[in-house]
Amino acid sequence: MTTLTELLPWDKVQIARNPQRPRTLDYIRVLCEDFFELRGDRHHGDDQALVCGISKIDGRSVAIIGHQKGSDTKENVRRNFGSPHPEGYRKALRVMEHAKKFNMPILTLIDTAGAHPSMAAEERGQAEAIARNLLVMADLPVPIIATVIGEGGSGGALAIGVADRLLMLEHAVYSVASPEASAAILWRDSSKASEAAKAMKITAQDLHSFGIADTIIPEPEGGAHMDVPVILQAVASALREQITTLSTLTIDQLLEQRYAKYRAIGRFRQAQTTLVEG
Amino acid sequence: MKDFFRRAPLPFTSSRREQQIPDNVWAKCANCGELTYQKQFNDALKVCPKCSYHSRISSREWIEVLADADSFVEYDADLQGIDILGFVSPKDNYEAKLAATSERTGTNDVVMSGSASIEGLPFEIAACNFEFMGGSMGSVFGEKVARAVERAADRGVPVLTINASGGARMHEGIFALMQMAKVSVALTRLARVRQPHISLLVDPCYGGVSASYASVADIILAEPGANIGFAGRRVIEQTIRQKLPPNFQTAEFFLEHGMIDAVVPRSDMRATIGRLLRLYQRPTSSADHREHVVAGHQ
Repeated sequence: MTTLTELLPWDKVQIARNPQRPRTLDYIRVLCEDFFELRGDRHHGDDQALVCGISKIDGRSVAIIGHQKGSDTKENVRRNFGSPHPEGYRKALRVMEHAKKFNMPILTLIDTAGAHPSMAAEERGQAEAIARNLLVMADLPVPIIATVIGEGGSGGALAIGVADRLLMLEHAVYSVASPEASAAILWRDSSKASEAAKAMKITAQDLHSFGIADTIIPEPEGGAHMDVPVILQAVASALREQITTLSTLTIDQLLEQRYAKYRAIGRFRQAQTTLVEG
Repeated sequence: MKDFFRRAPLPFTSSRREQQIPDNVWAKCANCGELTYQKQFNDALKVCPKCSYHSRISSREWIEVLADADSFVEYDADLQGIDILGFVSPKDNYEAKLAATSERTGTNDVVMSGSASIEGLPFEIAACNFEFMGGSMGSVFGEKVARAVERAADRGVPVLTINASGGARMHEGIFALMQMAKVSVALTRLARVRQPHISLLVDPCYGGVSASYASVADIILAEPGANIGFAGRRVIEQTIRQKLPPNFQTAEFFLEHGMIDAVVPRSDMRATIGRLLRLYQRPTSSADHREHVVAGHQ
């Protein structure tokens, strides 16, 4: 028996995926006065891997969009383990347009290994569905606050993640591809996921040091699942604070800041002399 | 003795079979194996005369195929990738790989970008070279496309992106993913000045590039037979545990499923893009006038 003082990135992946960890609907129950779920993309179907709806927080109307994993096998089948199809992203898009029309801030909760790879998803334009959301969120004239509550994997996470503020739970992870997929792409060996988790710098602490995550929300000792009421309250108060802060900005200020935030992400060398960091 | 040390480097060849054919005389089709005189093959823009297979061509070649002679002015060629994540392992040294690929291709990264014209109509272009690390999108890629889009917005001209990519560059982790958002925010500026983004999808176009700017352009064209998609064929086959039909994820498949506007053979590409540039062209003065009239009514 060894006592760990510091968790390895792969340990964090396990915590982020713990079946007991609170999910989108758990946060909604604590955060919202009254939640009305909006279902369906009005084109194809209702993807339950994404939960969308409207609610009130401190008397203010908000829109909520979040990936939803299941708590048991049966629910996981219904929710496709939190991996959306194009109709899920298009439902989210519909709710984003809805939020714009009714001037509601948008809260998104990210918890997915990635968008679902399948024939049906390709036929219905998975790439387009994700791409459309990025483009719309880039310019949506309401505050957007994204929180990674579990795992954030690839474009499937970013499709609800272009935001004015990015919050991450202490043991959440966010990466360009899941550690398994990263290992398969880099080394053609998905069993090297733990090595990939380390090499890819995917923890909340890494992203905060890169300036990509704005805030880390501390978790109870042992992880969010060890004291669910505490983490639900912590996330709720962090989100309330962000809504209040962002609501003081004009739409022009908000969109200018969002532009500058994403425009600056990337590091490269130019003319072999200057190092550009963002 | 002096000459011994002056030995010219061997030309780069990827397989022994190719070595049997002097690469300056014959071209062998990667699809049907047909041999064509290199000059004839080049005149056909590297499309096989027998099976019409469109060979992959570099960004430099694309610019030669499309742009008016001497119209291309390159920008940002000096941008270079750096090892942000400290990606050094015995198997995988990112900076060494970048250096070796730059040496081989003569470019610093995937995208070549700049200003050009077709029949005198100006536009900005950003074109991928799949030969450079599988066309993967990292910080340099995202920055060059974003700058091309912003230049187009500033100059009030359309932007053409030519997209061939395996997806995000794993070696840049979350920075690579965020390039999808970076190019998306840049495109909002182009939309504001009402200039079109024309996206040309060429073989192959997957992952982060396909799931961002390339799939939400105002006009989307693709080359015949180009493989296009979000997830790769192998990933899908592993997920659903069945073989996919051969035409799955081709340009024609996506045309049928309503995802793109046209499949255009390479020989018609310059004329087609020229047509589009003309269709969106508007005289600056009358456009300003019209906008004033609209504003006056509000």
